Amino acid sequence: MRSVRKDSGAAFRAALTLAGLAVCVLLFAIFLSLLLFSRPALLANGLRFLTGTEWNPVTERFQALAFVAGTLLTSFIALAIAAVLSLALAILLGHYLRTGLLASVLRTAVELLAGIPSVVYGFLGLFFLVPAVRALQITLRLPPYGVGVLTASVLLAFMILPYSASIGREMIRLVPEDLREAALSLGATPSEVVRKVSLPYARSGILGGLLLSLGRALGETMAVTMVIGNAHRFSLNLLAPGNTMASLIANEFTEATGEVYLASLIEIALLLLLISTAINLLGKLIVKRAGAAIQP
Amino acid sequence: MKIKRGIALVAGLLAASGLSFAQDELVGAGATFPYPLYSKMFSVYGQEYGVKVNYQSIGSGGGIQQLKSRTVDFGASDAFQNDEALKTFPAAVLHIPVVAGAVVVTYNLPGSPRVRLTPELIADIFLGKITRWDDARLAAANPGAGLPKLPISVVHRSDGSGTTSVFTDYLSKVSEEWKQEVGKGTSVSWPAGVGGKGNEGVAGLVKQLPGSIGYVELIYALQNKMPQGLVRNKSGAYSEASLASTTAACAVAIPDDTRVSLADTEAPDGYPIASFTWLLVYREQSYDHRAQARADALVKMLWWMTHQGQKYAEPLQYAALPDPAVRKAERLIRSITFNGRALMKE
Repeated sequence: MRSVRKDSGAAFRAALTLAGLAVCVLLFAIFLSLLLFSRPALLANGLRFLTGTEWNPVTERFQALAFVAGTLLTSFIALAIAAVLSLALAILLGHYLRTGLLASVLRTAVELLAGIPSVVYGFLGLFFLVPAVRALQITLRLPPYGVGVLTASVLLAFMILPYSASIGREMIRLVPEDLREAALSLGATPSEVVRKVSLPYARSGILGGLLLSLGRALGETMAVTMVIGNAHRFSLNLLAPGNTMASLIANEFTEATGEVYLASLIEIALLLLLISTAINLLGKLIVKRAGAAIQP
Repeated sequence: MKIKRGIALVAGLLAASGLSFAQDELVGAGATFPYPLYSKMFSVYGQEYGVKVNYQSIGSGGGIQQLKSRTVDFGASDAFQNDEALKTFPAAVLHIPVVAGAVVVTYNLPGSPRVRLTPELIADIFLGKITRWDDARLAAANPGAGLPKLPISVVHRSDGSGTTSVFTDYLSKVSEEWKQEVGKGTSVSWPAGVGGKGNEGVAGLVKQLPGSIGYVELIYALQNKMPQGLVRNKSGAYSEASLASTTAACAVAIPDDTRVSLADTEAPDGYPIASFTWLLVYREQSYDHRAQARADALVKMLWWMTHQGQKYAEPLQYAALPDPAVRKAERLIRSITFNGRALMKE
């Protein structure tokens, strides 16, 4: 009997390892196939791909900077907005409103936000956000497109909010009760407990949640396509139409005729994967630093 | 056992998705523009002749790729392949015209007036050079119309599409500046405006934006009752897009390979922003161990689509092929061979 149990344990472990490895193999395979299929573009576009802002399928000049800028701009603005909102939600639900009807309603609502399809967010953006931005543009005497980088960023902020809010809440709840009680017994006010005990303790976890949100913002496609205006121009003007890398691929992939054109879109995908990876690694480093800082 | 069942299931799914070749099933892929018509035609054809046609409207680009890799029996495209592009196919490819379509210029102005547009005006608006509706040149073409004091917001397609190809083909033909600076293609580098995905995306933006101007397919504009501009054709008449004026635009010397642009043709009552849409097939049908029955079925289907099938075009608001185009299509279909022997009997 014993030996059978032991064997099945080893088999189980092997199966788990295999599943884990499969993820690595998949990631590597994606990278490799992107590299392989973008070869004609890598050769034709050269380094100008990274430094130029022209994207012209007619003359076959493919340069990515406008879309890299659009992706980073929308993602980081969305992250900034989402960080403020999700921190507020996390503190509220992790610290003040831990039980009760309102707490569970709020918690469920935030979690449900994550399950809404991105095309539905796109429609919400078109019907509510776009008119609001247009009103702002009319007041500022700008072209009243309504769609643009700012519109996409605000919409993205709501889409990525659930991830950082949920993780932030869990992290704040994990702060040991005796630590908080100790602070209170020393005469700290509730807000001081949040600022000086809970947040520092949960810091690395909260940052980790934000990192997850950022990853989602970088790759979001459908909702962004619907509200960003899809203009292939490099611009740092938040009220002007722009485009992101993921949105460009979604728009142009189906009708991309010509070898270099198709390969250039795949090269965009490759670049997006590399940028996501770089940001993720950098983020991990920040999370690690933040985690190390609280250890005495 | 379970694994075997799994494999059987996957194989079944593959077969259902059209990746396996059954003798009585033809597979095609390509343009989305004629999809409503093709799906009607193929459904009727399937009932009448028992040949199932599986058409995937994945876009012209995808259809051409699949034809190149010979995974489909025919491709479908709104733009014809130029000589250079034809060289990238493994063998000679024929363009069989099926119907003609038109692209209309639509706008959002208070009261939806009938705006008259000359080719130069359209080009300059989409180049971003005319930026206001009360521009002197627009007023000159529309005496007494009293166009509003609004800025013009240009709306274009953001996704690659045959509609864009037809529209930019027209602009390249009528404006030297457009030809030099932008050119034609399924997607181009737009000098001005915002992009919407699909006809519905452009229509949505135009409806929301006062003072906007965009372009959509004729069918889409008719179905959604969108205002359309009158476009001055080559003979100087301001023409409205309709099935009749689209068919009229086909009155052009059609070359034997039917690869011809219908943009800005000489036809006096023709609408100038129009195009054929084509099916693409290999001239020599014997490749990759295809059975002759399969090639026979394909040729019969092409003949039916360009003849009996044409009656399904108008109810769905596509312009049927004019007679000279049908004659050219007949000659092309007759030239399709299997091992060098013609498949159609004279």
